[in-house]
Amino acid sequence: MSRWTDTVFILVVVIDFFALASSRLGAAIRAVAAQGALLSLLPVLLATGEHQTAHVVALALGALLVKGIAIPLMMGWAIREAAVRREVEPIVGFVPSMVLGAVGVALAFAFSGGLPLPTPEKHPLLVPTSLATVWTGLLLVVSRRKAVAQVLGFLVLENGVFVFGVLLSDFMPVMVEAGVLLDLFAAVFVMGIVMFHINREFASLDTAKLSALKD
Amino acid sequence: MLLLLALSPLLFAALAFTLPDQRRRPLALLAGASLHALLVVVTWIQPPAPALSGWLLLDAPGKLVLGTTSTLFLVCAVYAQGYLARRADRDNRVFVGGLLVLLSAMTVVAISQHLGLLWVAIEITTLTTAPLIYFNHNALSLEAAWKYLLVCSLGIALALLGTFFLALASAGPGGPHSLLVRDLASAGPSLSRPWVRAAFVFLLVGYGTKMGLAPLHSWKPDAYGEAPGLLGAILSGGVTNLAFLAIVRVLHVCNAAGERAFAADSLVAIGLLSMALAAVFMVGQRDLKRMLAYSSVEHMGILSLGLGLGGAAASGAFFHMVANGLVKGVLFLAAGNIHRAFGAKTVDKVSGAAERLPISGPLFLAGFLAVTGSPPFAPFFSELSILNGAIRGGHFWAAGLFLVFLSVIFVGMGATVLRVVQGKAPGGRAPPELADSPLTAGPPLALMALVLLLGLWVPRGLLGLFDAAASLVGG
Amino acid sequence: MLLSAIQLLLFLSLPPFLLGVINRVKARVAGRTGQPLLQPYFDLWRLLHKGAVYSTTTTWVFRAGPVVGLAAVATAGLLLSFGGAPAMLSFSGDFVLFAYLLGLARFFTALAALDTGSAFEGMGAAREVSFASLAEPALFLCLVVLARATGALSLSQMLGEGLGSAWSTSGPALLLTALALFVVALAENARIPVDDPNTHLELTMIHEVMVLDHSGPDFAFILYGAALKLFLFGALVVRLALGFHFDSPWAALLAFLGGMLVFAVVVGTVESVMARLRLSRVPQMLVGASVLSVFALVLLLR
Repeated sequence: MSRWTDTVFILVVVIDFFALASSRLGAAIRAVAAQGALLSLLPVLLATGEHQTAHVVALALGALLVKGIAIPLMMGWAIREAAVRREVEPIVGFVPSMVLGAVGVALAFAFSGGLPLPTPEKHPLLVPTSLATVWTGLLLVVSRRKAVAQVLGFLVLENGVFVFGVLLSDFMPVMVEAGVLLDLFAAVFVMGIVMFHINREFASLDTAKLSALKD
Repeated sequence: MLLLLALSPLLFAALAFTLPDQRRRPLALLAGASLHALLVVVTWIQPPAPALSGWLLLDAPGKLVLGTTSTLFLVCAVYAQGYLARRADRDNRVFVGGLLVLLSAMTVVAISQHLGLLWVAIEITTLTTAPLIYFNHNALSLEAAWKYLLVCSLGIALALLGTFFLALASAGPGGPHSLLVRDLASAGPSLSRPWVRAAFVFLLVGYGTKMGLAPLHSWKPDAYGEAPGLLGAILSGGVTNLAFLAIVRVLHVCNAAGERAFAADSLVAIGLLSMALAAVFMVGQRDLKRMLAYSSVEHMGILSLGLGLGGAAASGAFFHMVANGLVKGVLFLAAGNIHRAFGAKTVDKVSGAAERLPISGPLFLAGFLAVTGSPPFAPFFSELSILNGAIRGGHFWAAGLFLVFLSVIFVGMGATVLRVVQGKAPGGRAPPELADSPLTAGPPLALMALVLLLGLWVPRGLLGLFDAAASLVGG
Repeated sequence: MLLSAIQLLLFLSLPPFLLGVINRVKARVAGRTGQPLLQPYFDLWRLLHKGAVYSTTTTWVFRAGPVVGLAAVATAGLLLSFGGAPAMLSFSGDFVLFAYLLGLARFFTALAALDTGSAFEGMGAAREVSFASLAEPALFLCLVVLARATGALSLSQMLGEGLGSAWSTSGPALLLTALALFVVALAENARIPVDDPNTHLELTMIHEVMVLDHSGPDFAFILYGAALKLFLFGALVVRLALGFHFDSPWAALLAFLGGMLVFAVVVGTVESVMARLRLSRVPQMLVGASVLSVFALVLLLR
């Protein structure tokens, strides 16, 4: 099984690079969706026999549903709805952001060497992958101009946090995990609505249009 | 009892969301705030039992934060009656309901002993504040709400990662396997130290963002600048204190794990940096509310500095937390009145506030004197005890820088405030619909009286609370 | 010995065929019959029988370019083993020589282009060199990953027996490296999506524009050298991807040839389904390849 887990972690980091390099919003959204779907495999792959199967399966399905399907669909909807241009428009260019990403990954691996896992039976790639993904997310949020791209960065960051959360799933209460997913959902939802308004606001300062949108 | 305290505002929030009457809805806010304040008074007199198997517990720092927040909220709720009556053009359903949800979440933060629950509650305060900032529904407030949401959610996500780190630190063999502050603190030395250290870094950055410490304060000027004055008061006097409380809890755990020195140094450094940055941006600031936002950055820096220095300075920091929270209420409410009366908030358009608004104008001046630490107001004494702690602890550099920044800020802020308050008002006295009324000028006046009272006489019990809270974080 | 001779013979004779296969794949995907598989040989034959024209403004550099280029690439071929037999030349650290022989070939091609004094050729040379400055680090990083994974410092050992066990211990890292190496191969050989080998629009060309002024046998050398280079990079990728060790040298050779065929088909398919990238996006792709191999290296060093 370890081979598959390895592959998942490495693919997650490769997707980080892809997200930093891609200039198309659509491609970036699909990449983040793929990352979310990959992450939903982790609870199952890392499960050791002793904990409750129902809990693990629920966590995996929840992650798949929210990170892999619902949020990417919402983002796609927001792009279409708000007629956002499909380019990413970075503040920091693609090449520098990729290089920074690579430096971050190297540092993440270096740092995680100094952080010994108190539960050594867990996977050695878990901590560096989590840190690298968090770093990528931060980088994306800071270096992108578009609201949608920033939200994507935030999602990547949340994915990194989720990777770490999987490590704790066997002794942290379910509430915290549910909190993660719910909060993610809520955050993006509110962000999505605000984003929607941002585009209307800035495209045309016609307030009549704004009130026409109300239900 | 604690559950009742946390959940009662939600009841009124539900009421506010369902009430169809635009004019009566603010009364739900007043009722919720009054009941909350009453319950808080009861908990001060008779210590409540822990609830939810120890997850909710009212300890000394929680008591201080809860008391400040509840007082401030009650004052703001009274002010809201006058304010919302003048803003009848806006649908206030979301505003009133959101404020009550915010009150509930703030209460949970203050009494939560479980770091996971604490995090969830802080996240909820972030989410509920965003639509409140957007109250004015224009492009500027939208931008401010967006920035606030984005920056704070980043901070919140990092704080979650830090919380996970702490959980992992406790997961080793012999560890408590828990996120209750009490369990973590008593397990102290058995926690994995590298993870505690990493956790402190992430939590300081995460909750520091919410608190508005430099260099993560970038949302503050925008959000405070565009939000209604009453929300600015609650944000800068209440919500930031809650983030401070979260850092206090984390510091408590760090001390127990033997990482005191590292944590304290980080706090002192980030505190001084915040003061320096605030001083730079405050000199020549032309926008009233943005100036107040930088003042908030400065005071968060002072709190962090006091906490880091420990001992008498930590006790002073808790005093300062209360004093600053109340003064910020005065300043933001008065600034809100001035903003409405002039229809502007920059110094080139606002002058002679004392003439145009005979109560709010002088009140703003008094608030400025209080917030910059002039005697005999409460912040003077709290800052003095931080300085005292710094010198007694042998931190002469920190004490020197502290004084330098305070004087720069006094001069910078004073220049702006005097230009606003003095001089000739362009339109003379404000027309009745913009002038000071008992409901808009009374609440800040009452707060100001409280600040003065706390400066002249601090009850013995309150002093005991400051020391009890400071002894938790040691040093 | 026999194997070595066969290997050398294959290296010298097969490269144009590889081009033929790529062209055939592209034609098939586009729905055409395509040129004969041996067309590149006919082209070379025809060019060799033509005379060369030299501008009066050029110097010996212009004439030396194609010769040195071909010689350098052919020498680089001696360092690689293509299957059963060991490489002709092998010593510790020879991968540096390998990379710099390819660099020498590029240097002289660019110099010959500059020697014509034509603005177009100068532009082509500038582009070629600036992309190479990004492709070369990527190539080196890939080779370093290989050296680290196998613990060897000579190409034939890096791509030899040690590779099998390296795949089982650090498979993901090697997979990333293979991917990066493939990207570098496309860039170094002026294939789509970096450069279009069929274009004749000067503004978009990179490699082709440098050799516009060469004619006759000189041009044949250049084309042949380019084919050899493609074969070399293909060999690197295929040897890396095949990984496992064969007991019989003949089976190894056969597997290698099969692998090269697959490589040609993959290149042809990539060229058919992708469009040429904007020039400004090319560095991004090359940096991406470097980043992948850095990541592979980090995985190995962990």
